[in-house]
Amino acid sequence: MKRKDIQRLFGKGLVDKIAASMCAILIGLFVGFLVLLASNPDNALSAFLTILKGGLSGGSKGIGNVLFKAIPIIMTGLSVAIAFKAGMFNIGTPGQFIMGAYTAIYIGCYLTFLPPVIHWLVCILSATAVGALWVLIPALLKAFLNVNEVIATIMMNYIGMYTSNYLITKYVFDANKNQSKLVAASAQTPKLGMDKLFPGSSLNAGIFVALLCMILIYVLLQRSTFGYELKACGQHCSAARYAGINEKKCIVMTLLIAGALAGLGGGLTYVAGDGRSIFVVDVLAQEGFTGISVALLAMNHPIAIFFSGTFIASLTVGGFYMQLYQYPYEVIDIIIAIIIYFSAISLLVRKLMERWRNRQEVSQ
Amino acid sequence: MHPIIEMRGITKRFPGIIANQNVSFAVQKGEIHALLGENGAGKSTLMSILFGLYQADEGDILVKGKPVHIKTPNDANRYAIGMVHQHFKLVHNFTVLENIILGVESVRNGFLSMGEARKKVIDLSEKYNFKIDCNAVTSEITVGMQQRVEILKMLYRENDILIFDEPSSVLTPQEVEELIKIMRSLAREGKTIILITHKLQEILDVADRCTVLRKGKSVGTVDVKNIDKTQLSEMMVGRQVELQVKKTPKEPGDTVLEVKELVVTAKGRGKNLVDRVSFSVRRGEIVCVAGIDGNGQSELVYALTGLMPPTGGQILINDDDITRASVRYRNTHGISHIPEDRHKYGLVLPFQLEENLALKNYFTPQMQSRHLFRFDYRRSFAEKLIEKYDIRTARGITTVTASMSGGNQQKAIVARELELGNDLLIAVQPTRGMDVGAIEYIHRRIVEQRDAGKAVLMVSLELDEVMSVSDRILVMFEGFIVGEFLPQEISVQELGLYMAGAKREDLA
Repeated sequence: MKRKDIQRLFGKGLVDKIAASMCAILIGLFVGFLVLLASNPDNALSAFLTILKGGLSGGSKGIGNVLFKAIPIIMTGLSVAIAFKAGMFNIGTPGQFIMGAYTAIYIGCYLTFLPPVIHWLVCILSATAVGALWVLIPALLKAFLNVNEVIATIMMNYIGMYTSNYLITKYVFDANKNQSKLVAASAQTPKLGMDKLFPGSSLNAGIFVALLCMILIYVLLQRSTFGYELKACGQHCSAARYAGINEKKCIVMTLLIAGALAGLGGGLTYVAGDGRSIFVVDVLAQEGFTGISVALLAMNHPIAIFFSGTFIASLTVGGFYMQLYQYPYEVIDIIIAIIIYFSAISLLVRKLMERWRNRQEVSQ
Repeated sequence: MHPIIEMRGITKRFPGIIANQNVSFAVQKGEIHALLGENGAGKSTLMSILFGLYQADEGDILVKGKPVHIKTPNDANRYAIGMVHQHFKLVHNFTVLENIILGVESVRNGFLSMGEARKKVIDLSEKYNFKIDCNAVTSEITVGMQQRVEILKMLYRENDILIFDEPSSVLTPQEVEELIKIMRSLAREGKTIILITHKLQEILDVADRCTVLRKGKSVGTVDVKNIDKTQLSEMMVGRQVELQVKKTPKEPGDTVLEVKELVVTAKGRGKNLVDRVSFSVRRGEIVCVAGIDGNGQSELVYALTGLMPPTGGQILINDDDITRASVRYRNTHGISHIPEDRHKYGLVLPFQLEENLALKNYFTPQMQSRHLFRFDYRRSFAEKLIEKYDIRTARGITTVTASMSGGNQQKAIVARELELGNDLLIAVQPTRGMDVGAIEYIHRRIVEQRDAGKAVLMVSLELDEVMSVSDRILVMFEGFIVGEFLPQEISVQELGLYMAGAKREDLA
């Protein structure tokens, strides 16, 4: 790819942006290493190397599993990013995610008369619709009454969590394990050769769905008039109104798309056929909040989200092995959190760098 | 004797711009020293450095011959330097007295002792002949009064060096006269005044000496006695300027905009911001709405352009009732709008110029097909506008709009709005904050529109602009139209009386 093409794809200042994110990652990892050292110096180095290797250590199986783990957080990452682009903070991804997940499980368990791939499609499309539905109230409140979407969506998280727990125990409960039932085989995501390409991993066609969403969101933001309206609303609401852009429609549509993405992510996660199911506990879906990290690290760029999602998934897989070295699994969350902190700071650093460079130019 | 204030070799850089370059100037005790320059010449930056809002990158400040470091406005206050900002810093629901003592309250046993303060304020206002009521609530007094409160604030703090930042820009001609009297009496009492302005007449009226800044550099300091307007404007702009707008008489044609009994009510309060306003604008005529800021002009325009719903009345464009129409409908059915606040409304500042130029027509069939942009058209459209309207930028169509100069931002808006080819152009303070060259340019474009048979409705706070550009003048006061005149029939002074509400016509 020529430099110009790359620029067009990612926008200007690409090198700066990547450099900033890389800096954040390196500093985050370094501080993470210090944390490891502090809690148990003996195993720190080998544990750290394991994190670095992440999923890669497991060969093609490991890579497959990293990509598999990346699917839900790419989806929630896209969800957070598109809302960000429109100037809104969709912190309701856990709720949208879990309601999408429940819907997919319900349909996956009951509508068994459907033929295999169709059944799966119905599952994930319904999950998408319910995800969108779950953000409808906050979207309308925001558009028509200017209720802050952060508060409204965060409350919908808890409503979603308790609602899904209730519905699971009522309709799709596996009482022995205190979790949801597994979906029928016909509802499981097709492998589409991924099991051959990455033998032994759980990877399936879900990754293509995530890639497709990524491309759609990219086109929407960069090429479409709706993306243009959305960004105008997000960056300068009063100017958008002046231009005749229907900001209410813009707010509602954007949040619905964001909710749909998170819901789809939830659906894909629980029809994957890897045996995962929803535990009936009062905890918000982790993948929802991780989406915020993914979007932040990628600076809300849809294509970068694929990479940041994969990276964080890789750290998560690496973190799983931490237990081998007598570290709690949560150590990896600390490291991810540090990286996100530094990527927020790196935005600041980038601004300072720009200012400094401008000053250089002036004094010349 | 040392000058009371001396600034030596001041240089201040901002990203991409040098606001002040090696500027030096000195003020003697008891004089009124004007600081003249176009917008962006660096006057306000220089004074902000003196007042401690910015730090100079290079150069020294001397007070009474001694070098000082002024890092905050509090430091400035310690050296008895005070400033009346262009936009007053008053708490609206405080009384005049409370505003004056805010920050330097006298306290006895933990309680405010207002008595002393009141006496001091009354003494001061008697000494300088300010007619002011200490108990009035600030939001209910006139702008001229508010300015006096700002001045009293400085006097109360016993400041000796008073900086006035464009003090006349919010006043009526009568209030300006009052202000000039006040400044003279302050100088007589030994106060030193630095007057920031770009109005030549004001300098001739009140200042003793004048330092001219151009593009961040000092052009020189002159004695006002020995200079006239033309010389001053040449110093300021660096070339000879056409101060008069060229215009040929023209007979107006059909009515384009018709406003009937329009009422706009403030949200939540019962007050009518625009009250039963009726007028019309015809093809080939420029109608100017004159008035002091905040008398309903903005709301009138918001109602016309759809940014604020009217509570009553009717708006017709070419006989099409658009009273309840959407902003988009109005944009595509005859209204071009150069908004008063180009940063708030006119432009999406983080966008590139190309994107901003497409803001009003991105949805048209040439620009997009099936909701996807036709980038080649969008690009060539932007390039055409840059060429045609002489918009100067660092990186062409990909320039981020926020990084452009105010004049070029305004040109971009003008380009976009005129290119819509609508029958009515609404231009609100189109030259606000522009330099003389850009003002000339924008006036010429507006007159061109009129000559091409478009209707123009212009809102302006600058009386000179109103008098020279308009074909017909409407004066607004407290939401009403209180007078309608032809510019050749009325003097600036008389217009001022209408603007201040001292006179009104019954327009039945």
